[in-house]
Amino acid sequence: MPLITVENLSSFYEGKKVFENLSFTVEDDDYLCILGENGSGKTTLMKTVLGFDIKHTGSIKFNGFTNKEIGWLPQKTQHQKDFPASVKEVVMSGFAGGGFLGLKYNKSQKNTAKKNMELLGLIDIAEKSFSELSGGQQQKVLLCRALCAAKKVILLDEPVTSLDESAAEEMYGIIKKLNDSGMAVIMISHDVMHAINHSKHILRLSNEIFFGTKDEYQKYIAEDM
Amino acid sequence: MDFLIEFLSYPFAKRAIVVGLLLSISAALLGVNLVLKRFSMLGDGLSHVSFGAAAVGLACGVAPLQFSIPIVIVAAFLLLRLKQNSKINGDAATAIVSSSALAVGITVASLTTGMNTDINNYMFGSILALGKSEVIIATVSSAVITLVYVLFYQKIFSCTFDEDFSTVTGVRVRRYNAIIAILTAVTVVIGMRIMGALLISSIITFPALSSMRICKHYKCTVIAAAIISVVSFLFGILLSFAFDIPAGAAVVLTNLLAFFVLSVIGRVKKI
Repeated sequence: MPLITVENLSSFYEGKKVFENLSFTVEDDDYLCILGENGSGKTTLMKTVLGFDIKHTGSIKFNGFTNKEIGWLPQKTQHQKDFPASVKEVVMSGFAGGGFLGLKYNKSQKNTAKKNMELLGLIDIAEKSFSELSGGQQQKVLLCRALCAAKKVILLDEPVTSLDESAAEEMYGIIKKLNDSGMAVIMISHDVMHAINHSKHILRLSNEIFFGTKDEYQKYIAEDM
Repeated sequence: MDFLIEFLSYPFAKRAIVVGLLLSISAALLGVNLVLKRFSMLGDGLSHVSFGAAAVGLACGVAPLQFSIPIVIVAAFLLLRLKQNSKINGDAATAIVSSSALAVGITVASLTTGMNTDINNYMFGSILALGKSEVIIATVSSAVITLVYVLFYQKIFSCTFDEDFSTVTGVRVRRYNAIIAILTAVTVVIGMRIMGALLISSIITFPALSSMRICKHYKCTVIAAAIISVVSFLFGILLSFAFDIPAGAAVVLTNLLAFFVLSVIGRVKKI
């Protein structure tokens, strides 16, 4: 059974239908890129899957986890720019959802965080201030936070937007590494070339919805032209 | 030293110091979150509502404090709701609510009791005004605020840093926003007695801003804000007694001084 099964999903934003009858699956070690123009409904789809308060019909099934255990990498918000917080504090907040109280994090959470920070090369800057890091490093910190919250799948919302070329390459490399180690990846992206080169499946939102492997997608756009 | 002993020999002075210190800590804790969430004006808006409610309470012969607290809590919820509503800008909404409440208060006061000392005290604060019941309410609410803050520290941090992400991981963001709103409302109403409606919001925003000059970690920011707040209050109240100026104004001025000093230290540290 796939990790995530979406069937006949239609979502509404301010009373208007954003997309309809969307069906796709995410497999165990999948790498799914969601492409589409601005306004095609990528964000609405992401929010529906994540369990935000969005009116929708159809079904979204998770196999062996809940939507709270999706490691989400959102886009940075304005107010985080001067937010006083250390890298460690931000990473650890990936665990904030668990438990009733939020006094302290436990040993196993601390170990997981440490492991994830090592994986992303953040150990040396763990005590640094988040706001003083470069854009690429900040993005890695937020990805690390997502990993702490993630069980089997991470969902990345345009992870390389506003990064320079080398930082973007590094980010893509890390994502590939995570995927190779068994983490399923869903990425919302504008970068069609990257999607064709690295992903396993592609979902394209537009008037006509496409879902299939990247090879099928290449054929599909070739026919389109 | 003699001056200090003389000051502390007055029961009203002791009460003012106890309430003021407790208040300083809770205001500073809440302030960190409000400032970081870009909602510094909430305290200001609520203080005006609190004044309006107190004036109406006085006119009706109801205990102003007990009358104000529920009204200010409701106002806090409304303002937070408006902030989320994209049609009305939260900033503008706060300004409107703030001046309207002040206008209601002044109108009611003029028509009934007149602009007497009581009204004046609510506007500008007074350390003479604190009764026993206020000491109790202040003690209990400050204890609750500090306890809630410590118990839910990680959740509050997560909500403040990234509301959407917290929602996804299962943090009840709305619940924590509501808690912050209620606690801010109570702090504002009690603080109004000492600091005055016009100045209370400054002890919410100042310590947070000052501590952010020198702190780069969240925990450091919170602790430093509480310390700055307490120290500024103590110096302020002593100044107020020594030079016979209103306590609220004196405390704001010491906070301003702390802000300047810490800004300079922050700059120097960067170089």
